[in-house]
Amino acid sequence: MARVLVYPRAEVLDPQGRAIEDALGRIGFDGVRRIRAGKSFEVALEAEDERQATEAVDRMCRQLLANPIVEDYTVEWVSE
Amino acid sequence: MKCGIVVFPGSNCDHDVYHVLNHVLGQETTFLWHQETSLEGCELVVLPGGFSYGDYLRAGSMAAHSPIMAAVRRHAEVGGRVLGICNGFQMLLETGLLPGAMRRNRDLRFLSVDVHLRVERDDLVYCSNYRCGDVLRMPIAHAEGNYVDTEEALDELERRGQVVFRYADASGQLEPGANLNGSERAIAGICNAGGNVLGLMPHPERCAEEMLGNRDGLGLLAGAVAAADGRVGALAAAGG
Repeated sequence: MARVLVYPRAEVLDPQGRAIEDALGRIGFDGVRRIRAGKSFEVALEAEDERQATEAVDRMCRQLLANPIVEDYTVEWVSE
Repeated sequence: MKCGIVVFPGSNCDHDVYHVLNHVLGQETTFLWHQETSLEGCELVVLPGGFSYGDYLRAGSMAAHSPIMAAVRRHAEVGGRVLGICNGFQMLLETGLLPGAMRRNRDLRFLSVDVHLRVERDDLVYCSNYRCGDVLRMPIAHAEGNYVDTEEALDELERRGQVVFRYADASGQLEPGANLNGSERAIAGICNAGGNVLGLMPHPERCAEEMLGNRDGLGLLAGAVAAADGRVGALAAAGG
């Protein structure tokens, strides 16, 4: 199973992350340098082999799961 | 001009646009369900505001892959008119018919207020009732209208003159306080290189009749159905 992690790109302002950062500061977590708020997706799929699965997930990310203009994604493979 | 308004699950400004195009501007207008694959000969296609697919994932991202969008893309590619309002603008970005992306509003709030827009182009058919520098008052109602793209892409957009509307104050000045959602370069609306695809966050259909206290948006919709060479468009016919 693929676990897809999508985060706002480093150079893109992340208003949600900023708000969470501020909230953490307000409740006493002083050491927080930065929060980026992202999304994660678990993708269970059938494929011929590892290469085909990797390609399929990569296409999913580029076409729908992430918006490459403002988001970066990473894919991890985990056992179901 | 035959007009088609695409209806997605969650569209909620479709009837408002229908009312202005059909009842105010006297145009033949039809609804097009998002599962359809034909535009039924419509010359103007409107992607209306609302919350298509509940704004799941990113606003407009699911609608961008609806069956009808292939036909909308073909229509746009051959120079057909496509107007995206609010959620419809978000769809145009997600389909790549217009460049850039939307982030959550800078202050994370859903904004439902009147704003002022400065007209940046008057050579587009959509703007044929306006002049550059005109200031329009229109309502916005969105949570994800904070326009962004890379610096290079923004420069390119400016260089090609694709910025059509910017958030400004009532006198047309670009004040940071007038750019409520935090959009890069105060961008409120853009067009494609051909000028036939226009997307904007404000709602012209909500300010197109005197009865509503504001008809600044009527000129835009009248322009959208104007003949390619007609500068005044249907606005005169509507009692302009």
